[in-house]
Amino acid sequence: MDSSTTDRRPLVALAGNPNTGKTTLFNRLTGLRQKVGNYAGVTVERVAGECALPDGAKVQLLDVPGAYSLAARSREEELALQCVAGVAGEPRPDAIVLVVDATQLSRNLYLALQVLELGTPVVVALNMADELAKRGERVDVAALERELGAPVVLVSALHDRGFAPLLEQVAKALAMGGDARPAPRRKLPQELEADLVEVGRAVPEAWSLGSAMRARAFAEWALLSVEERDELEGVPEALRARALASREAAAKSGRSTDDALIAARYAWIDERMPRFVVQASKTRTKSERIDAVLLHPLLGFALFLGAMVVVFQALFAWSDPLIGLVEGAMGHVGDAARELLPPGLFADFVVEGVVAGVGSVVVFLPQILLLFLFIGLMEDTGYMARVAALMDRVMRWMGLSGRAFVPMLSGYACAVPAILATRTMERRRDRLLTMLVVPLMTCSARLPVYTLLIGALWPPAVVAGFIPVQGLLMAAMYLFSTLVALAAAAVLSRTLFRGQGAPLILELPAYRLPHWPSVLGMMRQRAWSFLREAGGVILACTIALWFLLSFPKDEAAEARHAQAVVAAASLAEAEQSAAVEAADARLASESLASSWGGRFGHAIEPLIAPLGFDWKIGVGLVGAFAAREVFVSTMGVVYGIGGDADEESGTLREAIKAEAHADGRPVYTPLVGLSLMVFFALAAQCMSTLAAVKRETRSWRWPAFLFAYMTALAWVASFAVHQGGRLLGW
Amino acid sequence: MAPGQAARIEAVGGERSFRRRLMEMGFLPGTQVRLVRRLPLGGLLELEVRGCHVNLRIDEAAELQVQPL
Repeated sequence: MDSSTTDRRPLVALAGNPNTGKTTLFNRLTGLRQKVGNYAGVTVERVAGECALPDGAKVQLLDVPGAYSLAARSREEELALQCVAGVAGEPRPDAIVLVVDATQLSRNLYLALQVLELGTPVVVALNMADELAKRGERVDVAALERELGAPVVLVSALHDRGFAPLLEQVAKALAMGGDARPAPRRKLPQELEADLVEVGRAVPEAWSLGSAMRARAFAEWALLSVEERDELEGVPEALRARALASREAAAKSGRSTDDALIAARYAWIDERMPRFVVQASKTRTKSERIDAVLLHPLLGFALFLGAMVVVFQALFAWSDPLIGLVEGAMGHVGDAARELLPPGLFADFVVEGVVAGVGSVVVFLPQILLLFLFIGLMEDTGYMARVAALMDRVMRWMGLSGRAFVPMLSGYACAVPAILATRTMERRRDRLLTMLVVPLMTCSARLPVYTLLIGALWPPAVVAGFIPVQGLLMAAMYLFSTLVALAAAAVLSRTLFRGQGAPLILELPAYRLPHWPSVLGMMRQRAWSFLREAGGVILACTIALWFLLSFPKDEAAEARHAQAVVAAASLAEAEQSAAVEAADARLASESLASSWGGRFGHAIEPLIAPLGFDWKIGVGLVGAFAAREVFVSTMGVVYGIGGDADEESGTLREAIKAEAHADGRPVYTPLVGLSLMVFFALAAQCMSTLAAVKRETRSWRWPAFLFAYMTALAWVASFAVHQGGRLLGW
Repeated sequence: MAPGQAARIEAVGGERSFRRRLMEMGFLPGTQVRLVRRLPLGGLLELEVRGCHVNLRIDEAAELQVQPL
């Protein structure tokens, strides 16, 4: 719970089916005055905002997660009831705005009836009536108001129409002081009435608030929702037991309470639908005509692949100049800090710890913003559901649904935005599974490592007449990571997440033009929550790594460095700067070796020696934990070339080729290079990924598991490559 | 059923929460459904019920017993 319980402003809950324009309406009514929190124990965001009524009074608006029904089986589904009814820790709303899609009236009314029965004043916001008018149909608002017993206001969330009358009705509803007009009564079979009375007695006073109608509504909810093995947490034990017993007793006498309850609601709706909608026609809708193209077996797939190429290209290539800008800006900040601060430890801390740490957080923003721009557009237009439908067959093999496709694809650019993108998946199990395999995809940070090793250890030769060896190896690394990720998903879905796969019910919403403020708002919100919640962890890790790789200072090496600089002063001008540079590089290398990080590299040597790595590579692996590409510059420091060496650096490649063990054997054979690339492909060498998983799962358990399983996998695979290769005599 | 064809739902089967969700979304016995299309790759069926378009996997859609109209 948060401040909302102590808030004096009236609370208005905004509820409705998914894809009714509810969130657009919410964004329109609250503007940017939104507060994103979290519901206890789940990863669903709790979004609340402030909204002004016509008389100037402020109300708090809560965006209730979209649902087709209040009935629930999972913890996530349970939230809708808790928010709308105000039970199990959620504050009770003073009024409810129920968004109803006029083009799908009968199904939307199913939820409307459930909400009305809770006895809180309701205002029905009838959205998309303009769409209906285009089909030559019209909703009889007066008939709807009369039958529902609640005011109905025509709105257009997209075109900003009807908000003033809606808010006037909200003000009136609030003035009723929490007591609603009685909800419509439905005829139920006699036995079911008896069941509801009996289960209703088990509804606690805190829930029913002494209202018979409310007790009955909760009784109905419990009969539909609870089962022997559900994930519901807020249900009182007595109510759960009573509902289970009643349902079982009914089943014994051949009655299904589910069937009877759902059928009774739809019977009420179907009886009145002819009165609600005037001139129902049967025309093929615009969406169906668009889908004839976008879901076409050939054309649809071609367009889908084209769209995905654009998304991938944006993350992979278009983000590059933006990332360059961010890095350039952070470089300037670092330089400025160097100039302002006296040289020494504190300046090092500020520049290499704090500024670099902030840089390693904000550097993710271009990719996050771009990815959520595309996700926002696809969600808002309705295309995301089509992507999920098109890819379901493929993703199902891995035990996932089609919704996992976009996050998986994004993983080839960077795992961090990809993990944030798992938000678009409704089911926790699917989200977790996707988060656990996305870091295996070949992200762009692995490329510099591969480029360096391939460039240093394999000649630019061709095989089979025209295929370049280096390119072939790079392609092989992509294929390898994809196969491992697919296999990991297949294995995890059949072991750790076994039996949790659920049938797919995927609604294709009607196509709509995107609402730009909502798309931009979502980009802003995702970026901000990443900075706030994952940024701190990444910053702290960067500073900790800097500390580990800089301390303790090696005083002997510093003394030698000072001597070398003094000696250099006597040299000719031309040789002087080269000598100082060499002395600097030697000092950096020696300091790194004697730092805690360097000692750790030494300490883990027995562990990594079977993979073909020496302690210097071990230091590089420690450095790479900040981000994989840091391996390149760390190795530059380790080999005494300096930290500004990049993957194309000839000097660094030569140093790698020349590096030898004490007995003269080269450290880097092509086999060691392969083993090292396999290690980088599989190890969870990325604190930002772990921080993102921590942020999304709200626990350290999953990042710990991710780190453990990926590192173990990497060790075993590299071991197999190196030892297997040696056995084969390579 | 061929794409474009309509049918009346006779019975809804399957695991409880799947079945309940289907019925709550309007797939009730006696309701009319229309097969809009089979999706590419052959994994899903797009059905229209009460003006809503809902995709079900072919094997899971088999839980709906229908009588073609």
